[in-house]
Amino acid sequence: MSQTSPAAPGRLLSPFNLIAGALLVLGGVIVLIRFVNGLGATTNLTHLNPWGLWIGFDVMTGVALAAGGYVTSTAVYIFGMKEYKPIVRPAILTGFLGYFLVVVGLIVDLGRPWRLPYPFVVQPGPTSALFEIALCVALYLTTLFVEFTPAAFEWLGWKRWRRVVGAMTIALTIFGLILSTLHQSTLGAMYLVTPTKLHPLWYSAHIPVHFFVSSVVAGLSMVIFEGMLSHRAFHHQVEISTEQFDRITVGLAKAASIALAVYFAIKVMGVALDDDWHYLATGWGAWFLVEMLGFVLLPCILFAVGFRERRTTLIRVTALWTVIGIILNRLNVSIIAFNWQLPSELRYVPHWMEIAVTVSIVTFGVVMFRWIANRMPILHEHPEWRGKH
Amino acid sequence: MSISRRKFLGGLAAGAGALGASGKARAGGGVHSFPGYPGRYGMLHDTTLCVGCRSCEVACNHVNELPPLAAPHDMTVFDKPRHTTDKQLTVVNRYREANGGKPAVYRKQQCMHCNEPCCASVCFVKAFTKTPEGPVLYDPSVCVGCRYCVMACPYYALSYEYDEPWTPRVMRCTMCYDRIKVGKVPGCAEACPTGAVTFGRREELIKVARDRIEKHPDRYIDHVFGEHEFGGTSWLMLAGMPFGELGLPENASHTPIPEFGAGFLGVVPLVLSIYPGLLLGIYAFTQRKQKLSQKELNTAVAEAMARADEETKQKLAAALEKAKKDKDKAIQAAVKKALADEEKKRAAAESGDKK
Repeated sequence: MSQTSPAAPGRLLSPFNLIAGALLVLGGVIVLIRFVNGLGATTNLTHLNPWGLWIGFDVMTGVALAAGGYVTSTAVYIFGMKEYKPIVRPAILTGFLGYFLVVVGLIVDLGRPWRLPYPFVVQPGPTSALFEIALCVALYLTTLFVEFTPAAFEWLGWKRWRRVVGAMTIALTIFGLILSTLHQSTLGAMYLVTPTKLHPLWYSAHIPVHFFVSSVVAGLSMVIFEGMLSHRAFHHQVEISTEQFDRITVGLAKAASIALAVYFAIKVMGVALDDDWHYLATGWGAWFLVEMLGFVLLPCILFAVGFRERRTTLIRVTALWTVIGIILNRLNVSIIAFNWQLPSELRYVPHWMEIAVTVSIVTFGVVMFRWIANRMPILHEHPEWRGKH
Repeated sequence: MSISRRKFLGGLAAGAGALGASGKARAGGGVHSFPGYPGRYGMLHDTTLCVGCRSCEVACNHVNELPPLAAPHDMTVFDKPRHTTDKQLTVVNRYREANGGKPAVYRKQQCMHCNEPCCASVCFVKAFTKTPEGPVLYDPSVCVGCRYCVMACPYYALSYEYDEPWTPRVMRCTMCYDRIKVGKVPGCAEACPTGAVTFGRREELIKVARDRIEKHPDRYIDHVFGEHEFGGTSWLMLAGMPFGELGLPENASHTPIPEFGAGFLGVVPLVLSIYPGLLLGIYAFTQRKQKLSQKELNTAVAEAMARADEETKQKLAAALEKAKKDKDKAIQAAVKKALADEEKKRAAAESGDKK
């Protein structure tokens, strides 16, 4: 491990650490204000707009972008696509950190976060989509944690525990896929009760399916994008050859292109089934088309071209573009096209403190990923466990 | 508070059971239907009688022990549309100014106390209860503060105490449940000087409303808002202009909002029961395929090895044969040569002897 690399541990006062530290301190101070003076002091939430950026981005988008874990582990362990094994560990770590941050965001946003276990221990309200999400996220966070422990056990040298968890791989993967199918789609199902509030172009009786399929897209794009970042930042740790890494990227692009094509088809179906065509001629329709053509159809084609011509740079740029598209979709559903009929002065625009906390939470995730990837066998295999996963 | 392990597990089991049962409940819903508690109370708001005096607003804050209104007689508040807040559970808005001989049009807004409340269906701690008397009640002692109820309400009738850092509550009209229980009339109905807000049994109020429409067809549009909207509400409304222009959802479905969300919950038991078998099946298939291809590979390798072995043996035998032949040849040649040499020597000796 080279100590001169910018990502190597040891230099406490590196520019990265300073900027990240400043953002974390800022976020911490705002969270403190939130718990001393209430949500009103730190957010632009109103009685008309009770959910803002912390739900729209930190929870809605965060869960979608953390889908890489279940997508890759299912491909490798259930469908036997073993050549993708090198990306499973980073994807599971990203997934675990992602869900952890979702819970952090939720704790900041909930009115009385210390009551988070109430749905399970005091009074369950199982008719709520949120009940299912809370249960699934709690269980899935635990599952991801267990799926991540092999890396920690190898690092710590706890061979017996490592073997025990290794034997549970298939069960964990299946459990993870069940939970992911349920809560990814149910995040969309939460909006089924708002037919009068969410714009008809985004509202659909099939919105749970839209959310689930787009989570596959999000997972694949995040794995490509985040793989590129960690390949650069941690290149001294990465053992697989550039050719093998490019082959994986090209394969993922093929999958992402297909997933986007399916997503585009069901979205068009959604418009057709509800007969929402006439909305396309409105301003909201133009915005919908920006999302559908610019961030779904275009990356679908670009991924296909990238796959056909083996253009890895094009694929990586497209992956980033798709990630932006997923963020846009989740924000459209939760904030932008939500309450679309309210006059503009009553619409929600995030407070700068909400944005600062969100940036701080994302920074926290990047810092934790770096800390773990610099120490544990995430991007490389532990010498004692080579080829034994 | 202490929660025993048994209670915790019981809660989990109850939750899982209820999730599983939701599909059944829905299937049953097509056969049976619950028309609502008989004899429950309701409120009738006749907007054509409302003069915008704000007496109901004042009374509401009084009976709910909320801070009194800053300027209860200030009528300029009508210049801008207002919404209910955590400090004011009901507000009156003006939707049309008086012009010519036509009076101004006002409407009071507050929680509608739905027959099948959306807030109750989306609450993951069941903090809302539809009482047999009609009002929908909220229990802050279990509320986690997710505000899904506020987000889901189609009437924007719920508000939240954002300025309360430790004990924020969802705030909304209770239809004065405590007063109803002791035989009193809700605060707003008691305070209304024109009879624009009245209290009674919901069934009877619907009859009153229909009767008014029939007697004054020129005064009312032929629609009682709340009779069927999203499954019906406790608050019923009469108006002289379309309800869409009064800030209410126009052409609202008669399907209760909870039903829009409930259908999807039926997917949960399906996923739970189908996925493990399906995925293990796929896993078994891929394993089998890998095993078969490995077997094929092994056989092919073994065959190739055997073939190679045979060829090598033949080659070796041929080589040995050849070597043997070569050896024999060499021996013969050597013998020949030796014999020839011997012959030469002997000839040389003989010729030497002759000399």
